[in-house]
Amino acid sequence: MLTLSDVHTYYGKSHILNGVSLEVRAGEVVGLLGRNGVGKSTTLKTVMGLVRPSEGRVTFEGREIGGMASHRVAHLGIAWVPEDRRIFRLLTVMENLRTGLDRPGVTEARRAELLDKVYASFPVLAERRNQAGGTLSGGEQQMLAIARAMMLEPKIILLDEPTEGLMPRMVGQISEIISVLHRDRVAILLVEQNVPLTLEASDRVYIMEKGVVRHHAPAADLRANHAVIHQYLGV
Amino acid sequence: MGLPVEQILIQTINGLVNGMILALVASGLTLIFGIMDVVNFAHGELVMLGAFVGATALGVTGNFWLALVVATLVIAAFGAILQVSTLRPLLGRDPLTTILATFGVSLVLQKYALWQWGPSARKLQEPISAQFSLFYLQYPWYRIATAVLSAAIIGALYLFLKYGKYGIGIRAAMQDRVMAQAMGIPVPLLHTAVFAIGAGMAAASGVLFGPLAGVTQTIGADFTLRAFIVVVVGGMGNLGGSILASIFISLLEAYASLIVSPAQAVIVSFVALILTLLFRPTGLFVPTAR
Repeated sequence: MLTLSDVHTYYGKSHILNGVSLEVRAGEVVGLLGRNGVGKSTTLKTVMGLVRPSEGRVTFEGREIGGMASHRVAHLGIAWVPEDRRIFRLLTVMENLRTGLDRPGVTEARRAELLDKVYASFPVLAERRNQAGGTLSGGEQQMLAIARAMMLEPKIILLDEPTEGLMPRMVGQISEIISVLHRDRVAILLVEQNVPLTLEASDRVYIMEKGVVRHHAPAADLRANHAVIHQYLGV
Repeated sequence: MGLPVEQILIQTINGLVNGMILALVASGLTLIFGIMDVVNFAHGELVMLGAFVGATALGVTGNFWLALVVATLVIAAFGAILQVSTLRPLLGRDPLTTILATFGVSLVLQKYALWQWGPSARKLQEPISAQFSLFYLQYPWYRIATAVLSAAIIGALYLFLKYGKYGIGIRAAMQDRVMAQAMGIPVPLLHTAVFAIGAGMAAASGVLFGPLAGVTQTIGADFTLRAFIVVVVGGMGNLGGSILASIFISLLEAYASLIVSPAQAVIVSFVALILTLLFRPTGLFVPTAR
């Protein structure tokens, strides 16, 4: 469904991605592991059209999307949950959700269904629907960021470090929502520092180092053999 | 020696009326800055063009209200063309480039107006000539209607931004352009739409202002200056703050003109600007939710 082939990107003169190749199939959860600064977030931004690749191809359902404007990428069915959440702080929880809901072709019944679904997964968002996004706690903001992405009814969600800085209880909730999305056949490209969570939630895992993919294996294999994880991540 | 209460009340009404016209100009300016980070130095010229287009439409149709609608729509369409042709290619570059570009546009528009409509002042015929007694004055109802209409337009803008589908998209883009676009909101299109809305509001204020004073090709500079003062005092990109600051500054000037001449009273708005920049550079009326 989503394929990156030998993608190179630069920030100014810094060569960040040195030929990244990976694939996410429909309905699959794919983990992307690596130390800080190896280009994991840049990979997601490149898919989202926020960084233009200088070389290589990014295709989604057979269509070239490298360098496409990000609102068009979103219309194709790709949603992004950034590392720093980027909640619209002065908008209420409901208004944050409406940024994804107010699209052409969404009926009133469908809107209600989508809202019911996220409120069932994240009841706290229902309680705080009229509260400004900026007043939520870090964990609640993360839930809102994921819920907001779900409003787009995406085929794939690019999830960037969703558990960073969260309490263990919240981490469990995020893990649960990843399972719910997986059951609903929504593909996820998951960037994480939390190795156990990534190995547990993913079908396959890519490990990045210095802007390239160094290793690729089914998550079950990596769960059984920690040597690879230790070699690349030192944990 | 104390000031008579009647004079203070009259100046309060004058301040509110002037404040509402200014708010109409400033809210467009602050909306444009808020979503695009563009300081539009040609905003006053859009007021001036609106007034001239309104005067021409009034001459053709004989109906002031129709002329108001025509001028608003024509200048909104012109604003959209201006944004696409001049500002869109410069977005994301050094802010100085958009400042210089809009300043250049303001000069072009002034010269165009001089060429098209000539140097002599035009006064639009006011649609309501009735007056009412206000203490020792006969006060024109038109001035009150101007304030009410300006408030209605600003109110409609507020409702659109608060509840409208695209209004929420605009507010989202004002806070985080990148994230809004990643949520599928067509931000480049919203930029053009917001510039058109701002231009249309500037034109409406130009037409409403037309019967109160003569329209010349130079009135834009005064509007730009005053609108910038209220946008800074109200907080750059803060719509509610700009509206409150418009009323605040206009009331200050109105009260000051009880003591000094109206020309000297303008100085108080500059004093307010300087004090704001010195002690509260984010503006006097910043949003609370952070």
